[in-house]
Amino acid sequence: MAERALKTSNYDPADLWVLNEEDLEALEIGSGILGTGGGGNPYLGKLRARLAMRSGYPLSILPLDRLADDARCVSIGAIGAPVVAYERLKEGREGLRCVRALEEHLNISIDAIVCEEIGGSNSMEPLIAAAFAGLPVVDCDGMGRAFPEMQMTTFSIYGHRSTPSVMCDLHGNTVLFQHAASELWHERMARACVVAQGGSSMLASSPTTGAFLKKYAVPHSYTQAIALGRAVLKARREHADPVAAICEQEKGRTVFMGKIVDLERQLRGGFVLGEAKLAGIDSFNGDSASVMIQNENLVFSRNGTVEVSVPDLIIVLDVDTGIAITTEMLRYGQRVAIVALPCHPLLRSQAALEVVGPKAFGFDDVVFRPIEEMPA
Amino acid sequence: MYRLGIDVGGTNTDAVIMEGQHVLSGVKASTSENVTTGVIEALEGAVSKAGIDRSKIGTVMIGTTHFTNAVIERKHISHVAAIRLGLPATSSLPPLVDWPDDLAAAVGHHTYLVRGGYEFDGRAIAPLDEEELVRIAQDIRAKNVKAAAITCVFSPINSEMEKRAKAVIEKHCPGLPVVISGDIGRIGLLERESAAIMNASLLPLAAKTVDAFGKALAEAGLSCPFFITQNDGTLMAARTVRSFPVLTFASGPTNSMRGAAFLTGRKEAIVVDIGGTTSDVGALHHGFPRQAATIVDVGGVRTNFRMPDVFSIGLGGGSLVRELAGGEVTVGPQSVGYRIAKEALVFGGSTLTTTDVAVALGKASVGDASKVAGLDRALAEKAHAKIVSMLENAVERSRVSADPIPVIAVGGGSILMPDRLGELEVIRPENFAVANAVGAAIAQISGEVDRVFALERGLTREICLKQAEQEATERALSAGAVAETIQVIEREDVPLAYLPGNATRIHVKVVGEMGGYHG
Repeated sequence: MAERALKTSNYDPADLWVLNEEDLEALEIGSGILGTGGGGNPYLGKLRARLAMRSGYPLSILPLDRLADDARCVSIGAIGAPVVAYERLKEGREGLRCVRALEEHLNISIDAIVCEEIGGSNSMEPLIAAAFAGLPVVDCDGMGRAFPEMQMTTFSIYGHRSTPSVMCDLHGNTVLFQHAASELWHERMARACVVAQGGSSMLASSPTTGAFLKKYAVPHSYTQAIALGRAVLKARREHADPVAAICEQEKGRTVFMGKIVDLERQLRGGFVLGEAKLAGIDSFNGDSASVMIQNENLVFSRNGTVEVSVPDLIIVLDVDTGIAITTEMLRYGQRVAIVALPCHPLLRSQAALEVVGPKAFGFDDVVFRPIEEMPA
Repeated sequence: MYRLGIDVGGTNTDAVIMEGQHVLSGVKASTSENVTTGVIEALEGAVSKAGIDRSKIGTVMIGTTHFTNAVIERKHISHVAAIRLGLPATSSLPPLVDWPDDLAAAVGHHTYLVRGGYEFDGRAIAPLDEEELVRIAQDIRAKNVKAAAITCVFSPINSEMEKRAKAVIEKHCPGLPVVISGDIGRIGLLERESAAIMNASLLPLAAKTVDAFGKALAEAGLSCPFFITQNDGTLMAARTVRSFPVLTFASGPTNSMRGAAFLTGRKEAIVVDIGGTTSDVGALHHGFPRQAATIVDVGGVRTNFRMPDVFSIGLGGGSLVRELAGGEVTVGPQSVGYRIAKEALVFGGSTLTTTDVAVALGKASVGDASKVAGLDRALAEKAHAKIVSMLENAVERSRVSADPIPVIAVGGGSILMPDRLGELEVIRPENFAVANAVGAAIAQISGEVDRVFALERGLTREICLKQAEQEATERALSAGAVAETIQVIEREDVPLAYLPGNATRIHVKVVGEMGGYHG
């Protein structure tokens, strides 16, 4: 298969960055951080990616600017219930079957795989499918973080129609979504289908071009996630402060250090909604803060004033280890650092804010303000 | 009638004799290589100190870290056939995939994937391939593998295929011990499977150890039944340990927490068990340790059976105290450990430890205080402040609510604990040094149900909870609990995200006094 990729692809193999096992460990940590509290656990995906690598399938990343304008690129992501993914482990070639079915239906051959969502477990799926297909993964993604639904990618926001798409399960069932009336319809139909397939499937969206990605994908996602993970690993080895290392790596800001003093959480329509309240420690002694949650961390307020909101990244980290704490792992008494990272400008346009801004998540009275405008 | 509680730790074996609510005697002995001599020494000491007639001992309860240590040290581990029912699902990640190499080698690489398993809604992924199981049984016999562990996708929802597969293997491998994963772990296939494999690998050791305990007790002239404590602080009959040794994992910290609850009468508290090198910290809820909600690492393997939510910090009575060039003072995690009786300043040694700091500041009186009379006061104050802040952070991490609850300090190093910790009251019970043996002696019998229920066709949450409670009660009764003492200590229902059919996971646990407990 690798041979086929070299013959037909629109890129120079010399440009490829072939990942090693340490990169994968770093990616697990980094994509956990970019999950902003959600995105699922990358652990099982990491194990599968590592096995693929050890079985002789290279995991390779292609820099976005090395991609040919006419390259055909397909984005891939897992869809479904985390509890199913955790129990009914994947057969392993679901992603590859999606790619092949799409190629067959469109009568094309695909040049590269794209990541739909770098935050959390979906950072790993494109690497695995691409490795089996003998293709590289482009160093970019559609979110630059994690969001709960498919229409929340920059691809969809900037006009890419994600159908025709293909969903595959482990039995060999292959469903083609020929056409969706809107990106939201696609999301709804996909959710219904994934339940029929047993609650956890893979989905490949219709191809984009290299030219489109260069304009509308969040660039350098893998480079960023792996560098983040490496910074944490290095800080840990050197007994340095991993939170500081993350901020330095990403030009992020520690907007709060505190202890969780109250936690409200409820499950509604498949989403975990809630709020974590914090009391300041160290230099934030005397301050209070809160993080509003819907699967991911959405709005951060300090002393009653909103300071950071989606789509900027609000990351809750364990003070000691720098490990990202997912929303279901939050606990009373935890000492956490809250780090804010600016999202990519593509997520801040008016069109993007309608889909991924505070109002899209029901925070009608919150106006998005980029964190760079926060008083220092 | 009296009860004898024994805690077999890695270093010490403790024994206590109890009569009703009273601790008559407590004794520490060194744990011996063969377990038996240490147990006999401790129990003989406790019996003679209490001055009782040993024929009046009605029950013996033993807590042991023997099986955890076997995994950690990779000793006495047997080869296991790891059989998974689930194809075509799960083939991307075979059994043992993330085990450390040396432990995977210890259980052998006998892994088998078979067609079968369930979807989340109970449909079969594929019909169970019984012919393949027969071929696997032949392979097991040919390779002389000592035990088997069977794991089926979604067996916590439906255990039929696991049971059927077990019957097939047993039929074709007479006498082979076979473990099914649904008896051990929860949803989360790899973790549950790992726990089942680990359990199977310990079965021969379990049989030997239970025999050794029985022999030690018989040699000491005790013919009463004996029980072993599980990781939730309740008892299982010795014969059950032969089938489920992993259920004893982490019973050490659990017993000391249960002992702390008993000795203080407090049911809601944070327990800090301070040893020589580390402190174990956990929360009591209804007098039982709060259970960890997530995966637990045992010997480098992720598992998900229920374990107490206890974590350790590198602070103990033997932790080193150092002053850095800039004047900063560090405490631990290095420690003189059990050598404290020689190396700490107050014992005539030359190493500055946390115990020396406590003595220098007049907060404890052990050893020779004059040896630390010349210790720099500012240094001692700084070290003490550091110790207090480490304990404070650890306690805060274990708290689940803002309500002020007491902190119970047990273990030999509890002299480090100040009289108050921030806003929290600190309690130091009598007999704090043998709290774990007390925890074993007072252990109860439990019954548990943890299953996914579909809330459909008129089944409400309340009906299912009631049904689960009845089943759990029946299990406790059949294990020997006294009916009128049974109470529910855990009841939770968690709706499963993104799934139709109102799938809800219900977990109920009841405990009761053991029959014959009141003599």
